[in-house]
Amino acid sequence: MPDTMINMDLVTGHYNYWLVVVLMMTGLFITVSRGNLIKKIVGLNLFQTSVFMLYISMGKIKGGTAPILTDDPATVYSNPLPHVLILTAIVVGIATTALALALIIRIRESYGTIEADEILEIEHQIDDPDPSPTNPANALMARIRGNR
Amino acid sequence: MTDPNIILIALLMPALTALIVSRLDALPDMRDGVSILGALATFGAVLLTLQAFLEGTPLSITLFEVMPGLTLNFTLEPLGMVFATVASGLWIITAIYSVGYMRGAGEKNQTRFYICFALAITGALGIAFAGNLFTLFIFYEMLTVVTYPLVAHKQTPEARAGARTYISILLGTSIAFFLTAIIWTWSLTGTLEFTPGGILSGHISPVFTGVLLALFAFGVGKAALMPFHRWLPAAMVAPTPVSALLHAVAVVKAGVFTLLKIGIYIFGIGLLSRTGASEWLMWLAAASILISSIIALNQDNLKARLAYSTISQLAYVTLGLALANQMGVIGGALQIMTHALGKVTLFMAAGAIYVATHKTHVSELDGLGRQMPFTFAAFTIAALSIIGLPPLGGAWTKWYLMLSSAEAGHQVLIVVLMISSLLNVAYLLPISARGFFYPPSRQRGYDMSTEKLPPVKMAEAPWFCVVPLCITALGCIVLFFTIGDLYEFLLRIPLLPLEGVTP
Amino acid sequence: MSNLPALQIILPLMAAPICAMVGRPKFAWGLATLVAWASFAISILLFLSVRDGTVISYDMGGWAPPLGIEYRVDVLNAFVLMIVSGMTSFVMPYALKSVASELHESQHAYFYTAFLLCMTGLMGVAITGDAFNVFVFLEISSLSTYALVAMGAARDKRALTAAFNYLIMGTIGATFFVIGLGMMYMVTGTLNMADLAQKIAANGDSRTLRMGFSFVLVGIGLKLAMFPLHLWLPNAYSYAPSAVTTFLASTATKVAIYVMARFMFSIFGFDYDFQANTMQFIMLPLALVAMFAASTVAIFQEDLKRMLAYSSVAQVGYMLLGMSFLTQLGLTATVVHMFNHALIKGGLFMAAGCFIYAVNSSRIDDLKGLGRIMPWTSAAFVLGGLGLIGVPMTAGFISKWYLMQAAFELDWWPIALLIVASSLLAVIYVWRMVEVLYLRDLPEKNDVRAVPLTMLVPMWGLLLLSVYFGVSADITVSAASRAANALIGASNIFWQSGG
Repeated sequence: MPDTMINMDLVTGHYNYWLVVVLMMTGLFITVSRGNLIKKIVGLNLFQTSVFMLYISMGKIKGGTAPILTDDPATVYSNPLPHVLILTAIVVGIATTALALALIIRIRESYGTIEADEILEIEHQIDDPDPSPTNPANALMARIRGNR
Repeated sequence: MTDPNIILIALLMPALTALIVSRLDALPDMRDGVSILGALATFGAVLLTLQAFLEGTPLSITLFEVMPGLTLNFTLEPLGMVFATVASGLWIITAIYSVGYMRGAGEKNQTRFYICFALAITGALGIAFAGNLFTLFIFYEMLTVVTYPLVAHKQTPEARAGARTYISILLGTSIAFFLTAIIWTWSLTGTLEFTPGGILSGHISPVFTGVLLALFAFGVGKAALMPFHRWLPAAMVAPTPVSALLHAVAVVKAGVFTLLKIGIYIFGIGLLSRTGASEWLMWLAAASILISSIIALNQDNLKARLAYSTISQLAYVTLGLALANQMGVIGGALQIMTHALGKVTLFMAAGAIYVATHKTHVSELDGLGRQMPFTFAAFTIAALSIIGLPPLGGAWTKWYLMLSSAEAGHQVLIVVLMISSLLNVAYLLPISARGFFYPPSRQRGYDMSTEKLPPVKMAEAPWFCVVPLCITALGCIVLFFTIGDLYEFLLRIPLLPLEGVTP
Repeated sequence: MSNLPALQIILPLMAAPICAMVGRPKFAWGLATLVAWASFAISILLFLSVRDGTVISYDMGGWAPPLGIEYRVDVLNAFVLMIVSGMTSFVMPYALKSVASELHESQHAYFYTAFLLCMTGLMGVAITGDAFNVFVFLEISSLSTYALVAMGAARDKRALTAAFNYLIMGTIGATFFVIGLGMMYMVTGTLNMADLAQKIAANGDSRTLRMGFSFVLVGIGLKLAMFPLHLWLPNAYSYAPSAVTTFLASTATKVAIYVMARFMFSIFGFDYDFQANTMQFIMLPLALVAMFAASTVAIFQEDLKRMLAYSSVAQVGYMLLGMSFLTQLGLTATVVHMFNHALIKGGLFMAAGCFIYAVNSSRIDDLKGLGRIMPWTSAAFVLGGLGLIGVPMTAGFISKWYLMQAAFELDWWPIALLIVASSLLAVIYVWRMVEVLYLRDLPEKNDVRAVPLTMLVPMWGLLLLSVYFGVSADITVSAASRAANALIGASNIFWQSGG
């Protein structure tokens, strides 16, 4: 086969990776683009889950069975280590989600909203509106405007 | 007296003074007394080191090692002795003067003033005694930091702005260029010790010699070499004793002294003259001399005029170094002394005028000479010394610098020095002339030739102010007659590598 | 004695839930302080026993590496452990009054719980020899950090959003890190660091390995606030309780730097071409930009803590710069600066905390004229500021000295000039504070609370130490130099034996 042809093996042989990539990008995109804090967390969860899948599919061995010890010495086992690792990672992920949700509750209590842009507006209002003279930037701007 | 600890005593004496002064905020008389006593004690300690040095005992003391090969070390050598003696000697005079000035002008925060002042002397002495570039740099930075509150003393917006210029140029140049140059030197040679004959010879190509010299020359911002001179006029917002001692003696002289040390003990005069690396510095110094003199002509503020005059006079020392021969070095070293005495007098006179009349501008001084005869007489003597007229100390400086120029084959520089003298006449003497010969401004219209001027009551500044400036004016005269001994002493500056050491 | 590495981690880990369960503030503080001091003692013992170059390997739970988790202590780890536990020991006495004034009383016990967990996580990251275990500990410390930052909400509600943003960024970073580990696992089939190094050297370069390296780099870069991945840091540092800011600024980024150095030099190895290129063409410019951009931004801040936070981003730039020289001297500079900056920035943030305690604000405008009535805190701030600039006789000078030496050694003198030029920016923002503190007049009506001794003493302790290590740098420099050797030596041996 000439090299210019699309290497079908690259697409079909690694379909698990393609799925992971799609899921990962979806998650990351949601996390970055959504203004709603809950949706951000949903995105983050998708993102993490894609990584779990990456690991788990990595442990797959052709013809391998679940890694439970059998009497037959000829048994081919899947690699159990990624599974174990991902168990830990899932726990970490849950803890993160729980903490994030708790934070969102507190944010809702003190800001009255969970939309990122509304929160940003409230925060801008907290900042002292009149420029302070000790700040060189403001002093410079004031001088440029001519009201020193 | 050969105990090397005497160096430490001399160094710590001002710091101790600062400590005691800081406890005496509530007792102004005690505080001022301690300040003067501290100055006397410091001068005594410096004289003891001088005596030990003259006896020929090499004094050196290493405090501790910061990094392998990098020590805090103090070593006596002739140039350092000159600087230390001048700085500590004039401190006594300025300490007395400060008492009169600060009370007369009713300044606030006087305790902070005396503390910082004393600490600045520690910085200056540390620079004078430093045995290697690293130690020198530490005290150089310390001097910058402790003089900052002095410049900002009045805390007005102008004082703050001036102090900001002051600190940013001095700290900026020292960190950006001086430190770079030091670390470069270290990575080239592996040492920073001040060594007769220099340490760089054989480690660096001629082109980079010039670059490194540029880093040092501009890095030592205290030398006020153009175009990094702006801090000096900016520092004039400080009370006058500060301008007098620090910005005519301790700080600026620390700058040119550092340059001399670097030229002699790091580069080596031999390396500089062989490679011609310092030629550009020579022309820059010459330009600095002329340009700042011309600027001084146009300053109406008395202290600003003196500040630009200082910039011009400092460039003499740089010039002496850049000429890279023995006469040049001696001329530079002499300039450190003669200009110190002269300029301190001028500044103290300016301060005395301010205390007595609250006048700060040259154009306001008409006729004041007869009201304050001592002040103006001292001013005139010091001005003549700066101009370089015998029998005053300043004459010798110009004499040796001209000899040096001739030796180096740069006759143009002799012309530059002469023009500079003329410019000095033009910006300094009119001040005396206004004081003595012009009618007081509110009585303009009198015809000088026919009418006798009305008698003026003498109204000098407090004696605490006037006596010190008369002493320094006399010092200018004394310096002229003691030149023989001084010359002998300055010949001791080791310009060549020691026996058995290959350059 | 042989169980010291395990004790180092288990002690704070066990103490943390006890604090939460007992729930009395004073008790929690006392226990946390005791544990911090004990940990410090342990890490000093560890450091002393590995100082001569021996490596302690401890099999956690008796499972042998590479499958079991191995704790591996060499000079570098021990040094980092000492920084973390030492800083905690200083912060704890400081926290007593500072936390009492900034947090609601019901939160105190949980505060110390989270604090101990954070410390456990950071020390775990430093001590472990297993790459995946690094991730776990990193997340333990990060999760507790999010909680700690959010506790600042008692003073300013923006702490909540700061913590939330930090959580999002931190989790993305950690996940990237895990992806990278996965790639490395695909190539080598192991996660033990020493084993990884050998296998990577044996297998040689591959596209998967490059991807793994890149993911790890970006993941850790997020954690250590590598420019331009630093966006979470200023808010998190500004709104967190002062004790937390102090602790984070002086330990969290340092530990992340350590992880980066460990992965780059111990695992991927010094002469891994792809890494060398990345360092030279990406990291080095980024580090330089960080030094200038972050310092410039710091100048224009109106909040003291935020100003210091941006300065931290710039200082991280110095550390990355040292690493990207890829020389022994450069690494030495990085490790020395890790230590020195921990002292200096810790002291400075403590000073900021003292100001907050006194006037309940960290806005620079509200600090006018405090130099007169808070002489100790103000003087401490100036001292720390001088260290930040790198004035001689302070620890900052030593860092800069070595960093510039490293640049000159490579004949990269334009970079040496850039290093000094960037410290000029530090002069500006430090001096601005000096002016505000000393040359402005105190507002007419002011109620300034006297700062208690328990806050002043740790602050001065740190700053005096920073001066001490600026005057006699022998201890730090020799330790850092050995640590750098350990990194280089390890990588060279691995690559040579692997072929």
